[in-house]
Amino acid sequence: MRPFQYTRAPSLTEASNLTAGEDALAIAGGTNLLDLMKLQVETPGQLADINRLGFADIEATDDGGLRLGALATNTDTAVHPRVRSDYPVLSRAILAGATQQLRNKATNGGNLCQRTRCFYFTNIDQPCNKREPGSGCGAIDGIAKLHAILGTSNQCIATYPGDMAVALSALGAAVEISGEKGERSVPVRDFHLLPGDTPWIENVLEAGEIITGIVLPAPVGGTQIYRKVRERSSYAFALVSVAAIIELADGKFSRADLAFGGLAHKPWFDPRIGECLLGQPPSAALFEKAADILLEDARGYGENDFKIPLTRRTLHAVLAQVTGDAA
Amino acid sequence: MADTITVNGTAHPVPEDPRVSLLDFLRHHIGLTGTKKGCDHGQCGACTVIVNGIRINSCLTLAAMHDGDSVTTIEGIGTPDDPSALQRAFLEHDGFQCGYCTPGQICSATAMLEELAADWPSDASESLEGRIAISGEEIRERMSGNLCRCGAYANIVAAIEEVAAGGRS
Ligand SMILES: Cc1cc2nc3c(=O)[nH]c(=O)nc-3n(C[C@H](O)[C@H](O)[C@H](O)COP(=O)(O)OP(=O)(O)OC[C@H]3O[C@@H](n4cnc5c(N)ncnc54)[C@H](O)[C@@H]3O)c2cc1C
Ligand code: SF4
Ligand code: FES
Ligand code: FES
Repeated sequence: MRPFQYTRAPSLTEASNLTAGEDALAIAGGTNLLDLMKLQVETPGQLADINRLGFADIEATDDGGLRLGALATNTDTAVHPRVRSDYPVLSRAILAGATQQLRNKATNGGNLCQRTRCFYFTNIDQPCNKREPGSGCGAIDGIAKLHAILGTSNQCIATYPGDMAVALSALGAAVEISGEKGERSVPVRDFHLLPGDTPWIENVLEAGEIITGIVLPAPVGGTQIYRKVRERSSYAFALVSVAAIIELADGKFSRADLAFGGLAHKPWFDPRIGECLLGQPPSAALFEKAADILLEDARGYGENDFKIPLTRRTLHAVLAQVTGDAA
Repeated sequence: MADTITVNGTAHPVPEDPRVSLLDFLRHHIGLTGTKKGCDHGQCGACTVIVNGIRINSCLTLAAMHDGDSVTTIEGIGTPDDPSALQRAFLEHDGFQCGYCTPGQICSATAMLEELAADWPSDASESLEGRIAISGEEIRERMSGNLCRCGAYANIVAAIEEVAAGGRS
């Protein structure tokens, strides 16, 4: 690890000041950042430890929703009684990720900001536009099994690897952010960015901005499912995942909020999927139509071509599971 | 602000170099080599210790972030003369071959029993609410962060299942 200055941030304002510099990063659980610092993928000169700033609570909001502190751990969140009863898709998504030891340390804010698992990104001897702008993308013509099929650019085809944010996207949650210019709230669906020509910019956070919390809307009910397809049944990142909140009324879809993991540089939410399903009775033909819409612009890069049919089947399986055997 | 880390009941000064991981602090600074380094990247669980009652990977955290915390390592869990119930069960069931992963397995399982007692659900749990039914499947999922290169898994699960079931009766 490169030497760095370590500072325990005494206040949120001070944390913003400390992380405003180009060479500075916040550290929360450290489970992603320290891993990357050991590999010298991340080489901050200044680390601002935000762990004791106090925003670790999980508390009800005035409109019946729930506010998850950015420093609450993934475990605190997944086992919280209200998350379990009112937002089961979120508990399920968190529990499907990493291991108990990691989830016990990982924070909600750090989880949102975790970086891609692209092998070229994590190996400093390889070309990678995200790590070293202009050096090229090793994955486009290389090992790309984990990589994206939607929203890619000719600069980068990496995925956002997390599970939690996929459920947050389906739930329509918002990220609370505090910085030198004040506070703002950004929908999770808009928090992560596509790679475009600037793959090193992964989310909307500006220098010095700190995530303080995640706000869940009032409970929506419905049947909530997180289905994660991976190479082994535990302790592996998603190849494809689906977070689904589904409700039927009079035999027709009355709610269909779906988000997808493993497909893109961000949790993938396409409003056209819900529009296609709403008001329609479930059928195999309808599920195929939803998959056609989702995958309209999908593109494989050789090793990850399998993700296109896998996504179609996973979507189909989730919808069939919720609606009985219409498939 | 305390400038010590308490390990198995004894306070030690926080190291000066902020780069020192909690794992290296335990092994190299205070000589507690029971905790093992397998991968140093959060992938194997050999470095699992219990901090303030919660199991974590000591390789992916800085010692400097733990002033005032209370750490339990394998040395604090039992001794050859006075082993914990899990340590005895690992012996009885042959829950190891080379033994390298064992301190991590036992620290991990020790904290896992508390998680089960608190009815924290896992990915393998049928329901997110209510009592967790102890099963081989639950234990395998909850212990998936501890790899064993020797593949002693069947006996590890048997040892843990015995202690977990005993705690329930
Ligand atoms: C072996 C392994 C397997 C894993 N498997 C999975 C998996 O299957 N699914 C999954 O979703 N995840 C998985 N993870 C990733 C894990 O979930 C993340 O490492 C963790 O969530 C990161 O949280 P943290 O608090 O430790 O972040 P840190 O490592 O502390 O920080 C990560 C990044 O976020 C920034 N940051 C942290 N907090 C804030 C804040 N409040 N405001 C602004 N910026 C902030 C940091 O500056 C840093 O850039 C795995 C990790 C490992 C090591
Ligand atoms: S896909 Fe993105 S992260 Fe991976 S090598 Fe290409 S530019 Fe780097
Ligand atoms: S040494 Fe920490 S998980 Fe492998
Ligand atoms: S006993 Fe050898 S690694 Fe587990």
